[in-house]
Amino acid sequence: MGLMEILLIIIPSTLLWAAPLIFTGLGGNFSESSGVVNIGLEGLMVIGAFTAIVFNLTFVDVLGSWTPWVALLAAMVVGALLSIFHAVASITFRSDQVVSGVAINLLAIGAALFLVKFIYGKGQTDIIQKGFSKIDIPFLSDIPVIGKLLFSNTYYTSFVAIAVAFLAWFVMFKTPFGLRLRAVGEHPMAADTMGINVTRMRYIGVLISGALAGIGGGVYAQSISSDFGHATISGQGFMALAALIFGKWHPLGVMGAALFFGFAQSLSIIGSSLPFLENIPNVYLLIAPYVLTILALTGFIGRADAPKASGTPYIKGNR
Amino acid sequence: MSNRMKNIIVPLVAVLLGVLVGTIIMIATGYNAGAAFIALWNGAFGEIYYSGEVVRQVTPYILAGLAVAFAFRTGLFNIGVEGQLIVGWLAAVWVGVAFDLPKVIHLPLAVLAAAAAGAFWGFIPGLLKAKFKVHEVIVTIMMNYVALHVTNYFIRTVLSDKSDRTEMISESSSLRSPFLEGLTDYSRLHWGILIALTCVFIMWFLLEKTSKGYELRAVGFNQHASEYAGMNVSRNIILSMVISGAFAGLAGAMEGLGTFGYAAIKGGFTGVGFDGIAVALLGGNGPIGIIFAALLFGSLKVGALNMPLEAGVPNELVDIIIALIVFFVAASYMIRIFIDRISKKGVK
Repeated sequence: MGLMEILLIIIPSTLLWAAPLIFTGLGGNFSESSGVVNIGLEGLMVIGAFTAIVFNLTFVDVLGSWTPWVALLAAMVVGALLSIFHAVASITFRSDQVVSGVAINLLAIGAALFLVKFIYGKGQTDIIQKGFSKIDIPFLSDIPVIGKLLFSNTYYTSFVAIAVAFLAWFVMFKTPFGLRLRAVGEHPMAADTMGINVTRMRYIGVLISGALAGIGGGVYAQSISSDFGHATISGQGFMALAALIFGKWHPLGVMGAALFFGFAQSLSIIGSSLPFLENIPNVYLLIAPYVLTILALTGFIGRADAPKASGTPYIKGNR
Repeated sequence: MSNRMKNIIVPLVAVLLGVLVGTIIMIATGYNAGAAFIALWNGAFGEIYYSGEVVRQVTPYILAGLAVAFAFRTGLFNIGVEGQLIVGWLAAVWVGVAFDLPKVIHLPLAVLAAAAAGAFWGFIPGLLKAKFKVHEVIVTIMMNYVALHVTNYFIRTVLSDKSDRTEMISESSSLRSPFLEGLTDYSRLHWGILIALTCVFIMWFLLEKTSKGYELRAVGFNQHASEYAGMNVSRNIILSMVISGAFAGLAGAMEGLGTFGYAAIKGGFTGVGFDGIAVALLGGNGPIGIIFAALLFGSLKVGALNMPLEAGVPNELVDIIIALIVFFVAASYMIRIFIDRISKKGVK
């Protein structure tokens, strides 16, 4: 097998697995930059995946080939709605943000499975008829070499994810809104003194995280799993959290980390068919994202520091 | 109202609110809520068999709750109970399968192996926290997944020949008891509950009655003050995570040596570790509270299995209720303010 053929397998697969991680990781970025730790990303992805699949199954006859995209919008809205719980608990009620995130995770999987049984009378949905399908992107796929490697046999969603990453970077670092968001996450009291509404900024941050994680779940469900059951999302949200840290709380870093983790995930799945990976147990690839994240936090691979105020509720007047 | 009273009332209100919202969900989705709760009760206490199963479920819940609570009391959040539990499970089964020893040696050895494995899995985040100031929440989450994949790998390659589960552990390392099983109409109740209750006592004694426990709690309250008082903060953080991990590893031993008697490849987590967070929170991180909270969640979980059969209600409803209870305990700021308002009105 030549290098070209190997790359032709690996690159599209990497992009496929990275897309949900990019969306969700960016969501986590908005929340944590505003100072709210979001362990609930996993649960938000679960509810996004559930919503997308149910929406897709219900409306596929009406919407035809637009179904998966509209389903993503639905997943986005429901993800944002669920994240309100996290926002209310951790911002208004000043509860422990990690505990509230754990509650979101438990709630999401419980509610989603309860509703699947309520709607379909069984533990797993049917397989969707119209998911995101592999395409050759027009024009771009005609570029010699690169077109075949990057833009053929791939999914639109992956490129939307990358575009959203650049958009998130622009919003966070080039607009007044982004500056305020980060200020609230670094030093809420200073931001408050300058007239920024800390509570409102944090609510917005958490809601964006819910919306993006919902999309992430929807993308995963409609391009990778194609149905929804108890194990559809198992650890994707936590891996996105890992990407957020490995990417050092920077949208483009998150994108890079997500692409890398997507690469590791796809290798662990298709690795046995590649000649140079045959003899390496895939357990190394499976644990790579997590081990690397720990190493990054430890400072062996460039130190990663969280926004200073993340994890602490802001109480006016407290020093 | 005194703080002590509030600490009892807040969890009770949280449970009531959780059940209330659960009821509303059932009514909204057209299920018969009354029948569901009767089925839940019958499924937990209706027959002696079910009660045996409840106690069996409560056993790992107590230990997982202790693990979370012990770390909490010393200022750490151990979200990695799940991973520590899985490695403890594997270690216990490994010892159970690999050796052939008299029971007095074999069983304690298997139990200790589980505690040691869990302790090691807790040691790593403890060390990283102490030496590199890395937040333990993230490291323990990552360690959960490392544990999942690594144990799966060991089960597939070392402990079996590419099979999905290990052999059964030998009788000499088993916690199972024909006596207890006979007593409860052949449930899977085993001697582990005694270990769990002993650990409750150990935690209480260690934290409240020894100077080491005082140090651990002091470091949890205020690192700088403890350091000024001459305590070794790093060592206490590591020790706390090690003990917490050991409790979690024991929870794994309950599953490996008691309930199942083998270890199998897992596609996802057992959930016991995360439920341990719920147990510790609801129990207010105290020994007695943990026993009651574990009893509540254990009966909810076991009783729920009867709900689809008897009332046609999906058992996931109970997961929703548990999640809501966690949520309401977490948001207890709201409940406390509410109680304050009510009690002030009472005074006027």
